[in-house]
Amino acid sequence: MTPQNWISITGVARILDPSSTLGIMAVAVALLMIGGEFDLSAGVMTGTTGLIAGLLATQAGWNIWPASLVALVFALAVGYLNGLMVVKTRLPSFIVTLATFFILRGANVGVTRLMTDQVRVAGIDQVLGFAEARAFFNAEFELLGATFRTSTIWWIVITIIAAWILQRTRFGNWIFATGGDPNAARNVGVPSDRVKIALFMVTAAAAWLVGIMSDVRLRSAVASEGIGQEFVYIISAVIGGCLLTGGYGSVIGASIGAIIFGMARVGIVFAGWDTDWFYSFLGVMLLVAVLVNDFTRKRAEAVSIAAAKARTEEGEK
Amino acid sequence: MDEPILEVRNITKLFGSVIALSNVSAKVYRGEVTCLLGDNGAGKSTLIKILSGVHQPTEGDYYFEGKRLTLESPRQARALGIATVYQDLSLLPLMPIWRNFFLGAEPEKGPAPLRHFDINFAKRTVREELYKMGIDIRDPDQPVGTMSGGERQSVAIARAVYFGAKVLILDEPTAALGVKQAGMVLRYIAQAKARNLGVIFITHNPHHAYPVGDRFIILTRGRTLGIWTKAELSQEAMIRSMSGADELEALSHELDVIAGRSMLAEAPPPAVA
Repeated sequence: MTPQNWISITGVARILDPSSTLGIMAVAVALLMIGGEFDLSAGVMTGTTGLIAGLLATQAGWNIWPASLVALVFALAVGYLNGLMVVKTRLPSFIVTLATFFILRGANVGVTRLMTDQVRVAGIDQVLGFAEARAFFNAEFELLGATFRTSTIWWIVITIIAAWILQRTRFGNWIFATGGDPNAARNVGVPSDRVKIALFMVTAAAAWLVGIMSDVRLRSAVASEGIGQEFVYIISAVIGGCLLTGGYGSVIGASIGAIIFGMARVGIVFAGWDTDWFYSFLGVMLLVAVLVNDFTRKRAEAVSIAAAKARTEEGEK
Repeated sequence: MDEPILEVRNITKLFGSVIALSNVSAKVYRGEVTCLLGDNGAGKSTLIKILSGVHQPTEGDYYFEGKRLTLESPRQARALGIATVYQDLSLLPLMPIWRNFFLGAEPEKGPAPLRHFDINFAKRTVREELYKMGIDIRDPDQPVGTMSGGERQSVAIARAVYFGAKVLILDEPTAALGVKQAGMVLRYIAQAKARNLGVIFITHNPHHAYPVGDRFIILTRGRTLGIWTKAELSQEAMIRSMSGADELEALSHELDVIAGRSMLAEAPPPAVA
C-alpha cells in the first residue's frame, strides 16, 4: 500500500467501510447528545443484538429474520428502560447507561458461554434466510471498479433522514429544545421526557442495525463485540460539532466525524505508521474538536452580542 | 368603560397556616396596563400564580370575560388566552429566534410522512411580528442567546401576543435590566396595550410602572393597600404609598433613637476628676 492509493476510488471505498457502521451510530448518538443525554451502552448493544439474533438462529434453529426482529424488540425495550430511568430519576444518563453497559457486557459473555460453551457464535451463514439478510443489510457491490458495501448506502440514507428530522420537523425542534433546557421546553408544551425516551430508543435501534450488519458480514458474533465503541460514537459526534452540554449539534457533522475517523484509521495504515498509536491520535482529535467547538461558539456569541449592542445604541439615538 | 376582561374578587390564599393573600381584588381591562406593585413578600408572585392558574385560591372568585371559572392549570389559562411571561422567559439561548418563537406550536405543512416544520413561514412571521413590536431583526437565524435582555423580553412578549393572548401577565420584566433596556421593554408593553390586550405588569419599581400604567394596585403583606387609576395618583403619592410612608417615619424615628443613644454613650462622663 502506498499513500497514492489513499485518494483513489479503492481508497475511498476502504475509508467508507469502517465509517459506515460507525456513522450510523454517530448519527443516532448525535441526536441523543443534542437532546442532552449520553448512551454508554450503545457500543455493547451492537454486540448484544448481534448475539441474540445469532443465538436464536444457530442454537434454536430460527430463521434469521424473526431472530433479528426479536433482537430489535429487545434493543427497543432496553432503550426505553434507559430513557425511562433517566427521566424518572433525573440521574445523569452517564451513570444510568454505564450500569446498562456493565449488565449487558456481563450478559453477553454469560449467556453466550451458557448456550455455546464458547464466547463466540459461529455458523450464522448456515441458517435460514442468511443470503437474503446479507443482501439486505451488508452486501458487497462493485462501483467504478472498487468494492463498496451496502452498509454505506444505509448510512447515507439514515444520515439524510436524520438530518431532515432534526432540521425540518417539529420533533427536531423539540430535540434541540429538550437538550437546551428541558424545563423551559416543558413550559411551552414540549414533552421533553418523551423526546428523551424516543432518542434512547432510536440509539438502541441503530445499535441493532449495526449488530445485524456485523452478524451477516462476519458470519459469526463474538461476546466482546462493541465494547469501547460507545466512546468512538461520542467522539465522532463531538468532532462533528455536537456540544457535550446538549442543545446544539448536527447530524451531518457527526457523519463527517465518522469519515474523519475512517480516514485516520485507514490513513495511519497507508502512511505506514504504527497502528498502536491510533487511540492516542483519536484522543488528540477529540481534544482539538472540543476546544474548537467551544472557541467558535464563544466567538459567535461575542460577535453577535457586539452587533446587538451596536443596534440597541443606534436605536436609542 | 366596558367590563373587565379578567377580574378576581376577594381572593384569599393560605399555604398551611401562612396567609399569603388576604381578601385581594383586582380588575384588568382590555387596552390597559394594570400595574401590580409591592415590596418583596407583598404577595405579588402568589397573586400572579393564581391569575395564571398555577395556584388555586383558597377563597374568592375568578372571572374571565365576565364568566366565573376555576382555573385548573397554566395550560388551561393559556388556552383561554391568559399568557404569562416569567422571568426565565422559557427561551433557549442556543436556538435561533424563529425556532424559539414557535417552540411547542410549530407550523407544519405537507402530507403525513413528509409533514414538516414550515420554516419559511416561521422566519417570515417572526420578522413581521417583531417588526410590529418595533424591533427590526435582520437575521431570524440569530441565536436568542446573542440578543440583549430587552430584546429577549420582547421576543417572549411578541410570542405570547402572536399566539392569541388576550391577557398578558409580565412577571418583573424590567427587574434585571439597565435603564435603556428597561425603556425598550416599556415600549413593548405600550405596544401590547395598543393592540388591545389587557396587560398585567408586575414590578417593584414605581419609575417603570408610572409611565406605562393606567391602573395601579399596591399590595403590602398580602393585602390590597389600594387601587388607583392614573388620574387619582401622582407618582410621588405612589412612591410614598409603596414604600409605606408611615413605616418610613417610624423607621427614621427609630434611627434617631439609636443615633441618640450612641451619642449619649460617646458623651464624656460627668466630670469627677
